[in-house]
Amino acid sequence: MTSMAATPLIRIRGVGKRYGSVTALADVSLDIHHNEFFALLGPSGCGKTTLLRAIAGFEDPDEGSITLTTGDTQPADAGEVDLLALPPNRRPVNLMFQSYALFPHMTVSANIAYGLEREGLARSEIARRVADVLVTVDLQDKASARPRQLSGGQRQRVALARAIVKRPKVLLLDEPLSALDRRVRADMQVELKRLQHEVGITFVVVTHDQEEAMSMADRIAVMEHGRISQIADPVTLYQRPVSAAVADFIGMSTIIPGQAAVDGFTALGERLPAAPSGVIGPALLVIRPEDVRLHADDPTDAAMGSLSGTVLATHFFGGTSTTTVTVAGLGRPVLATQIGPPAHRIGAVVRVGWPAERAIVLPDTP
Amino acid sequence: MPDRTRTGTGTRRPVERGLGWLRLPLIGAFGFLYLPIAVLVVMSFNASSIPFVWTGFSLQWYPTLASNPQVLQGLLNTLVVAVAATVGATILGTLLAVGLARYTRSVLLEAYSLAPAIIPDLVLAIGLLILFTSIGLTLSLFSVVLAHIVFGMAFVAAVVTARIGQTDPSLEEASRDLGATGPTTFLRITVPSLAPAIIAGALLVFTLSLDEFVIAFFTDGPRTPTLPIVIYSMVRFGVTPEINALGALLLLVSFTVVLAAQRITRLTDAL
Amino acid sequence: MTLAHRPGGHSAARRRALLGRATLTWPGLAYITAFMAVPVLLVLGFSFLTRGRFGGVVAPFTLDNFARAVEPVYLRIYAVSLLIAAATTALALLIGYPTAYAISRLPARWRTVALICIVLPFWTSFLIRTYAWILLLNSEGPVNRTLLEIGLIGAPLRLLYTPGAVIVGLLYAYLPLVVLPVYAALDRLDPLLREAAMNLGASRARTFWDITLPLTIPGALIGAIFVFVPSLGNFVVPELLGGGKTVMIGNLIRDQFLEARDWPFGAVLALMMIAVLLGAFAGQAAIARRINGTARA
Repeated sequence: MTSMAATPLIRIRGVGKRYGSVTALADVSLDIHHNEFFALLGPSGCGKTTLLRAIAGFEDPDEGSITLTTGDTQPADAGEVDLLALPPNRRPVNLMFQSYALFPHMTVSANIAYGLEREGLARSEIARRVADVLVTVDLQDKASARPRQLSGGQRQRVALARAIVKRPKVLLLDEPLSALDRRVRADMQVELKRLQHEVGITFVVVTHDQEEAMSMADRIAVMEHGRISQIADPVTLYQRPVSAAVADFIGMSTIIPGQAAVDGFTALGERLPAAPSGVIGPALLVIRPEDVRLHADDPTDAAMGSLSGTVLATHFFGGTSTTTVTVAGLGRPVLATQIGPPAHRIGAVVRVGWPAERAIVLPDTP
Repeated sequence: MPDRTRTGTGTRRPVERGLGWLRLPLIGAFGFLYLPIAVLVVMSFNASSIPFVWTGFSLQWYPTLASNPQVLQGLLNTLVVAVAATVGATILGTLLAVGLARYTRSVLLEAYSLAPAIIPDLVLAIGLLILFTSIGLTLSLFSVVLAHIVFGMAFVAAVVTARIGQTDPSLEEASRDLGATGPTTFLRITVPSLAPAIIAGALLVFTLSLDEFVIAFFTDGPRTPTLPIVIYSMVRFGVTPEINALGALLLLVSFTVVLAAQRITRLTDAL
Repeated sequence: MTLAHRPGGHSAARRRALLGRATLTWPGLAYITAFMAVPVLLVLGFSFLTRGRFGGVVAPFTLDNFARAVEPVYLRIYAVSLLIAAATTALALLIGYPTAYAISRLPARWRTVALICIVLPFWTSFLIRTYAWILLLNSEGPVNRTLLEIGLIGAPLRLLYTPGAVIVGLLYAYLPLVVLPVYAALDRLDPLLREAAMNLGASRARTFWDITLPLTIPGALIGAIFVFVPSLGNFVVPELLGGGKTVMIGNLIRDQFLEARDWPFGAVLALMMIAVLLGAFAGQAAIARRINGTARA
């Protein structure tokens, strides 16, 4: 875990950006810490790429500030640079483009050397660092190939090498894995994580894929409609979402609208098991599929809670299975995940329950 | 502390900046392209009989032009050629573009269909001259029409092909699926959806044929000169205010026709 | 059996496709073959024949026409033609590239307007546009008058009937043909490549030099071909603006057909133009492959 006491590496305050009547970013504030793997997560059009491009210098915010800490991590000798005052080519941040944006007329090593040449480094130094980074991304034998001769995964690694060879303070990655097919993507997730550890650079990754963000990031900022909904580590985000939208976006869940009172949560005229919360009034109950238990309908089993429903469908995924249960009065079916094959047949009547402490009550604010 | 409210900079796009010094070549190029045209048009309203020395405003050269039998005969010949070439080139070029886009998709054949527009006009002209004399075809307006169709259809094909790229091929498949025959589908679905490009292509061929000189010069018979050939002999004889007036009129016609074509379809996509 | 529902459906579809291809493409391709490919082949054939006594051609197969084409008197004409066409092309690139670049930087709706303004003169009468320069460059014409009035010169300059006038006339005729392909290349260029260069520390000028320029060279070369080849073959501009003193390949070809009646020699000269065109396209393609990294290094 990153120490919250240290000065953040990047401090974003009140950043806003509008295109005509469309608000791309609204009052975005967040801190990104040293050596952190930070993810900006949200559906397309939520403003995450705009924010990334604002940090890189390709979008100019209408308001707000983005500053970068220079020097050491200790507050005492930390200086702050106003990133927005610098042109893109002077910012000590590098961006890995979603399409990779490799220069087609240059070889792999020329692509990687390009940024070092702009720094005016000695030729021998450039050659050494290019050779090193080619080893890091395991592309030693492709040094003189052109981008068009490489596979998607290889291009992605060239793009990564081109960015990290500059040893930036921050590496920005725009949907780094979206152009890869599923199998390569899983490998690259591990690879990115290893690299981040190895090179000791702060990674800020933009993604719409919540699994990708959850598996790689130390902290995640969930964005919606140009605003930040929640910033937290993956576990907190999953277990303690601050809104139904966040809960819905992070993993699968069943959301039951109802009324929260001091003594519990009521929906469909029943008192449902729920964790204690300070919420009073219209509320939503969020339950994750793996917390839902299904039992053959046995009226004598009072401990199981009082909802019952009919099994609509079952899906077997090998290690786990998901059962979809329709409950009369609920707009959406309840999802239940369990280890092994499904235990109930389609059409069976089952009781639906969950441990109270796993059911989160959130205020129902449209 | 950095300023929290950076207002007023929102219009600056960090990568795409304003034109700056690039205005210079832009203005220079437009000046270069339009200054001679402007001088010609202004001089066509000149009272003087010396066509490049301004003495005062006059419309006299336009009526003079209208009573020049050579010019009128040339205009008539040119219109006959242009209309015939437009009809032929539009039909052949449209069929070719649709056929190539829908059935063949051969890069080589596509290049072949555009070649008449790229081959130097002088080479095409002497090739056609050799062909026509070899097969014993007497040079006349008819041989000019044959020649104009071949490069005209290349331009029609280019404009129509650009438009096909923007239409949905499943419309035709749907029509076939609903039981329409090939010709019915072509006339009821394909042609209407390509109509703007076909009309624009036709307009282009018309103005190209109207103004075409080199190929007509080699493939026309001596007794039926087209308007450009008449102009050529006039210019070789010497500059006259009449040519100024004729030039201004021809420019007006071409500008109108091309701008009309542009309004119908985005020509710039095809070029 | 549902699969056997349409027996032979596949081959029927193929037959329909073949029929469609035949009715749609056949007339056009046949026409191009008859009125472009055959004429070009005839030019090729004529280049091996002998000039007849009263014009026309006669049978003996000969290479004399090719031998004649390298005689010093003609080599001089080629040299002048190449020089003038090269100067025209260089000027066209020098003016056309920045113009195309400026247009690509305009707001979207002005871009189309600017492009139309660039191509519009190209669609108008080439003779009339050339004629306009006679008016402009005349010793008493507007250019000389303006220069005299602002006192830059004491006596009218001889502008018309010079090689310079020929170059200006050719440039005027073909400038749009270089702007369009350069603009198309700039338009196709992925803007993220420029952003990537800047992100890696390149200044704007550096980005242009390292990224934009190399990647638009294939388009610029296409434009150069569109200016260079027709400039070689143009006989109207040398005649009207060069006063017949500047003889280019185009004039030579025209004379063989209309005055000297030496068609076989004219055919050889025309073949040379085709060779230049094909060679230029092949060179452009090779350079484009190298730049785009589609060729084996």
